[in-house]
Amino acid sequence: MNVTPTASQEQRSPWDRVQIARNPQRPRTLDYIQGFTEDFVELHGDRRFGDDQAVVSGLASFNGQTVMIVGHQKGRDTRENVRRHFGMPHPEGYRKALRLFKHAEKFGFPVFCLIDTPGANPNKESEERGQANAIAESILTMAALRTPIIACVIGEGGSGGALAIGVADRLLMLENSVYSVASPEASASILWRDSSRAPDAASAMRITAHDLLDLGIADEVIPEPEGGAHTARGAIIKALAERLHTHLSTLQALDMPTLLEQRYVKYRSIGRYQEHAQHIFDTLIKDASAFMRRS
Amino acid sequence: MKELFRRTGKSFSAGQNRTDAIPDDIWVKCPSCGEIIYQKQLNENLKVCPKCGYHMRLTAREWLGILDVGSFEEHDAHLWPADPLNFVSAQGSYAEKLKETQQRTGLIDSVISGLGAIDNLPFSLAVCDFDFMGASMGSVYGEKMARAAERAADLRIPLVTINRSGGARMQEGVISLMQMAKISMALTRLTAVQQPHISLMVDPCYGGVTASYASVADIIIAEPGANIGFAGKRVIEQTIRQKLPAEFQTAEFMLEHGLIDMVVARTELRALLSRLLHLYQNRRQPVTTVNTSTVNHMPIANH
Repeated sequence: MNVTPTASQEQRSPWDRVQIARNPQRPRTLDYIQGFTEDFVELHGDRRFGDDQAVVSGLASFNGQTVMIVGHQKGRDTRENVRRHFGMPHPEGYRKALRLFKHAEKFGFPVFCLIDTPGANPNKESEERGQANAIAESILTMAALRTPIIACVIGEGGSGGALAIGVADRLLMLENSVYSVASPEASASILWRDSSRAPDAASAMRITAHDLLDLGIADEVIPEPEGGAHTARGAIIKALAERLHTHLSTLQALDMPTLLEQRYVKYRSIGRYQEHAQHIFDTLIKDASAFMRRS
Repeated sequence: MKELFRRTGKSFSAGQNRTDAIPDDIWVKCPSCGEIIYQKQLNENLKVCPKCGYHMRLTAREWLGILDVGSFEEHDAHLWPADPLNFVSAQGSYAEKLKETQQRTGLIDSVISGLGAIDNLPFSLAVCDFDFMGASMGSVYGEKMARAAERAADLRIPLVTINRSGGARMQEGVISLMQMAKISMALTRLTAVQQPHISLMVDPCYGGVTASYASVADIIIAEPGANIGFAGKRVIEQTIRQKLPAEFQTAEFMLEHGLIDMVVARTELRALLSRLLHLYQNRRQPVTTVNTSTVNHMPIANH
């Protein structure tokens, strides 16, 4: 679906969108769960180390069918943010997600993932408990999970910490959400050794929802109300629910091998490179002569 | 099967001039113990200091020295990087940076891949070269790794990856991030045909590479003293506002925390790989193909 942005939204710079994506009033995962599901039962813990409250997850009823929802959860105030580590999961958060992905597969529940994190927690404990491994396991599990997965970036999609719950059959993005390989501040620091140039990085890195649609990574951009999702919560919750419903119906009409093959092709084809003609020619000649020798 | 690994006379254009340019008759100082070592002796020891055991960095081409002589057949050498974001910064464009790096290193991008063998046991191989933009993971890196995994699956042989990387190729933005998912996808094919992925982590190994395929291998081996982690040490120190101990994020630290299988000296690596390849080949149970419907070959598209 192509979105025609209103004039004021078109004028918004990528950095403006980063600010909206980070707005403390912006609806979070639990707001969506409360908004468009019923009978939500939150499930806790990775069964290995602990329960990371930067990730919320559980079963709920969505338009009459049971779904598994997993999402990053930022806090609404400082106290809650401390408890939820500002939406930056530790390895146990990803291992909780992974456990529940497998749970969903076991019982045939579709999975919804709501992405809203500055990134995976870069602290000492995370490294000791295998942050890289936790993210990698989750990505690999989602790649072959035998149930439909729909992910939506509702705020910040921060790097591997976002992708860890973001391998999906459909990737949706709210209009003012962003998704990047590193935060604009970190990108500016890496590229120019100057994190104050984050606004420049936000433009150069092409991190907005429309950028990702153009790059063929996002499948759809969901329009937000004029002032951003936080100015009309009910409307954005309804809009996301409607799109989830449509995509889920499409995916549930596919048989499992087709679903998995489409997911494979979707990710396998991401990347831009050139195949140099001279080498292709050389390879053909080599193959032909090898064939002649053999026969 | 052997025929597949016959040397085809394909030229090793990329990178070869680099090693050739260094004459053998010079002396090298070990950066760890200060020992003065004869270059030729050092090269024969896979650049491990004969006195203190310090592992100096190898280029991708130098890594091929662990294979049976003449067994390497390069694949996908024709994949060239593109500039998907038209990335320009004050320091210049990505396109210029690529050109300059290609000229300086003789490499086309940061991975060399193909087929090789140790003690006549064949496997698919992909090696990172840190000299090429810190072996950052862009589209070519991702595509070569994914094809190496698919090639292993197609030929029913193991995959060996030699990994060292600073992380994502920033200039390719979120496309770079998605290479993590792409390589993981390809690995599912290897799983489906029950062939192992053996991952070697070499100093330094960070970011998207450790947070994807390298950390979920069936066997994970690290070199002594290699720095391995998700976030860089500097980032963590800034986050927690305290200095980290020297042993933090080393191979030995990873072993202690149960995150890798073993720490192995480079000089022992060939013998270890030979033993592992033999053990995986030596299966009494016939290998069953799982879930065949999802292992159809993906055609290699021309882009």
